[in-house]
Amino acid sequence: MARITVVRKNRYFDSVFLMQVARRIAGQPGVNDASALLATDANKKVLTELGYGQEGHDADFAAAGPNDLVLALEGEETAVRAVAADPEAWLRRSTAASAATGAAREPRSLREAVEMRPDSSVAVISVPGQYAAREARAALDEGLNVFLFSSNVSVEDELSLKRAARDRGLVVMGPDCGTAFLCGAGIGFANAVRRGPIGIVGSSGTGMQEFSSLVHAAGSGISHAIGTGSRDLSDAIGGISTLTAIDALEADPATSVIAILSKPPGESATQKLMERLARCHKPVVLCLLGAAAMPAETGSLLTASVIDDAVEMALRKAGLGGPARPRPSRDALRAQAAAEVARMRPAQRHVRGLFAGGTFCYQSQAIFRGAGLVVYSNSPIHGMSQLADPRVSLESSFVDMGAEIFVEGRPHPMIDATLRRTRLAAEGEDPSVALVLLDFILGAISSRDPVGDLVPAIRAVRESARRRGDHVTVVGSVCGTDADAQGLEAQTGALADAGVLVFPSNAQAAAFCREAALLLAARKEVR
Amino acid sequence: MAEPLKDLLQGKPVFVNVGVREFGDTLRAAGYDVLHVDWSPPAGGNAEMAALLDDLL
Amino acid sequence: MTLKEKIEAANAETLRRITAADPVLVDVAPAAEVIPGMRDRLMLHSGPPVDWARMCGAQRGAAIGMCLFEGWAKDPREAERMIAAGEITFEPNHHHSTVGPMAGTITSNMWVWVVENKAFGNRAYCRQVESFQQFGDYSRDALAALGTWRDVWGPALRAAVRRMGGVPIKQMVARALLMGDEMHNRVVASSSIFSNAVAPLFVELGLPKEQAVSTLYYTGNHPFLFLGISMAAAKACVDPARGVEASSVVTAMARNGTEFGIQVSGLDGEWFTAPAPRVNGLLLPGWKEEDAGLDMGDSAITETVGWGGFVIGGAPGILSFTGGTAEQALAYSRDMRAISVGRSPDYLMPALDFEGTAVGIDIRKVVQTGMVPVIDTAIAHKEPGHGIIGGGIVRPPIECFTKALKRFAEKYKG
Repeated sequence: MARITVVRKNRYFDSVFLMQVARRIAGQPGVNDASALLATDANKKVLTELGYGQEGHDADFAAAGPNDLVLALEGEETAVRAVAADPEAWLRRSTAASAATGAAREPRSLREAVEMRPDSSVAVISVPGQYAAREARAALDEGLNVFLFSSNVSVEDELSLKRAARDRGLVVMGPDCGTAFLCGAGIGFANAVRRGPIGIVGSSGTGMQEFSSLVHAAGSGISHAIGTGSRDLSDAIGGISTLTAIDALEADPATSVIAILSKPPGESATQKLMERLARCHKPVVLCLLGAAAMPAETGSLLTASVIDDAVEMALRKAGLGGPARPRPSRDALRAQAAAEVARMRPAQRHVRGLFAGGTFCYQSQAIFRGAGLVVYSNSPIHGMSQLADPRVSLESSFVDMGAEIFVEGRPHPMIDATLRRTRLAAEGEDPSVALVLLDFILGAISSRDPVGDLVPAIRAVRESARRRGDHVTVVGSVCGTDADAQGLEAQTGALADAGVLVFPSNAQAAAFCREAALLLAARKEVR
Repeated sequence: MAEPLKDLLQGKPVFVNVGVREFGDTLRAAGYDVLHVDWSPPAGGNAEMAALLDDLL
Repeated sequence: MTLKEKIEAANAETLRRITAADPVLVDVAPAAEVIPGMRDRLMLHSGPPVDWARMCGAQRGAAIGMCLFEGWAKDPREAERMIAAGEITFEPNHHHSTVGPMAGTITSNMWVWVVENKAFGNRAYCRQVESFQQFGDYSRDALAALGTWRDVWGPALRAAVRRMGGVPIKQMVARALLMGDEMHNRVVASSSIFSNAVAPLFVELGLPKEQAVSTLYYTGNHPFLFLGISMAAAKACVDPARGVEASSVVTAMARNGTEFGIQVSGLDGEWFTAPAPRVNGLLLPGWKEEDAGLDMGDSAITETVGWGGFVIGGAPGILSFTGGTAEQALAYSRDMRAISVGRSPDYLMPALDFEGTAVGIDIRKVVQTGMVPVIDTAIAHKEPGHGIIGGGIVRPPIECFTKALKRFAEKYKG
């Protein structure tokens, strides 16, 4: 154990700084204790009592005075000598201090943020559900519009928030709103689409993504896409955000056609909506996904139950031609389906749809129901059957992989393909499977390579079928644009390379599967 | 209402991001002004205190 | 008016009172003469109420010291006996418009600083600051120094202050803040300014040479001289803000080494306490972590008015206590804004572009953000018989604030 002192003559340092120096030195391996003091009589006394300056040759210490600095070190010989060899290094301010940048600190609350940026206009909120309403309320109180991605917000809270928004001339986009497009800014899961004359009000994020991507593919564009949250057009909420959005788009000079995308609204909500649309002086395309009965059309109000139809109508109303590529006729689809079915063995009877987009699961079911087909689902539409265990498919099943049970504590399937991969493998082992229907969604927050994430699993399914002597047809669609980072063409190409039958939209892909399912059902009956 | 959501639909929106950082990062990368809030649950997650604060703050 | 609006209005009033304060040092006098309710065998102490049984080692040492100082006991053993027998009454300084650093023990013959808040007419008192007896050292040397304060320096300062007609404090603090003081653990500049101001008076008054010289050396070389004045001033500034109906602003933060206690304007008279926390700091040579006592002293009254830890961003000398980076110190000062009601118009921080210090700790915001005030403080030994052993940063337990908020809701929500 060595005890040495180092004297630096005529050096003044702040006493607190010296305490910090001592602590840093004492933290060195091999150093037991360290002190850094000015050599006043009192301090020298303290150090002497601690056992320093005892050696006869410590003349420097003996001679040190109140204007001199003493480092007193105790520890292993090599360790203390190392410190003593370069005391200046320890007396310099910690370099960590200078490394700290002057970066502005992030605000800790909405209120603080608005103080820093009084021109803020939109709060994007994605905190856990139990805190979401509170934050949304704080945002409205600060005069911000709200994009509310969070789900698990109660109906009461949603109603209270939307009433407050209405009183303040603001809008709540949500809860459970995944997408919005405002003045060219894509919020949440949004695709890169050009601006144009068509405005959207939608209760479904992926629905709006598909709609805007198809509009973009046709060469046109979107003025704004205002999300309303999935429950806005329920009777309990009464369509408050939807009505605000309609008002806004009607007054917006950049919008010439208003498209509304929703599941069928509640009864009283429908009435409110239709009353408002009757007064709208811009043409409206009302797309109610999977609606059994549609409201009456007028000169300026068109209706559709499938996204692709709504796109076509909106383009026409905007004075543009139809989509670049005409959709295949039903006969053409049937013929294509027949060719696939012909290669399948009798045991293969079922369609398995694994969807990242909840709306695609919904729309696909609606397309099947329209032909009298029944499927199981974890989110069944009216007339379809409930899957007892969402993790296990029964007969023909359409699974919404973005449902609560799958995303609890996990990233959404649009971002992370792990669960879909596993499920796909399971379906691939099932000899009753004839077709697999998949959706791929591009855009800013989505996976960097949605198709690539599933290609190995897709190949494995087809390979495993081949070994059994089966033929499994994998059908898919890619929702996105050429301007998305993932690139629509690249993704579609990769999908086709993997042997998937690729369609330009979910509706078309589902329509193809519908034809195949009808043929499979007919084949079963004949036997 | 004279011009509903005019501030929202005309001009360039300025965002305050509360929650998942990526939403803000995406907007910032696209050239929009975004302020990210370093959010933590109110009252440190203490539900009893958070409930009191609803009426007081 | 909604409850929220009521609270906001009340807090605005509390803030107005605090920032309208005009503290002036008017006297230095024996406690018995000036402290309301002072009497024989009464010992005031720092922090919330505590009895001998639960008192920490350092405060016990200080109490023993005061018994010897007053001559109530001949030796430490007798002092302990009489205290344990209940012959001494203990009461918090705060119950007598008083504050004291560390153990904060005050008895009849202890001379105290007297500050009057000219804006409201109220007075507050603080005992002398030194590094020995108030840390629990009851040795002869420690007590002799108290004696010199009582017999030599106190009376000299009394004469000087009275002759000057009082010493205005506000401007001194404002200047000192610009010079790197934070009015709690860094009062070098203010001590110098004050010392310079009173020095000529000792000569002018024709005090006996020995007394004048001794006092000049004392005031000129005491790095913590001004702390006693700033504490009394802070207390005088905050006291008019006590008892504002529905105000959620903190009017006292005080510790006795056993418990940390706060008081709230709209809940006047009540203490909200939790076990005293450890100080996160640096120790003088020869001392180890396990020697340290827990957080102690009324000196957090400075943070209560937005000094101390609230202005640490402007006090480079204290940097080391915060973890060593300027960024962090500035961040603390910014953080305190988030839990405060407003800013001071008078006390500015050059390091934050001359922003006013954050004033008025709001218990709602503390609970909301989970951010408790930052206090920088000295460290005493856990046992009686020692002087100062270090200094550092301490954060009050959030429990004090949640307790207070619960009580606040109970009282005002009805």
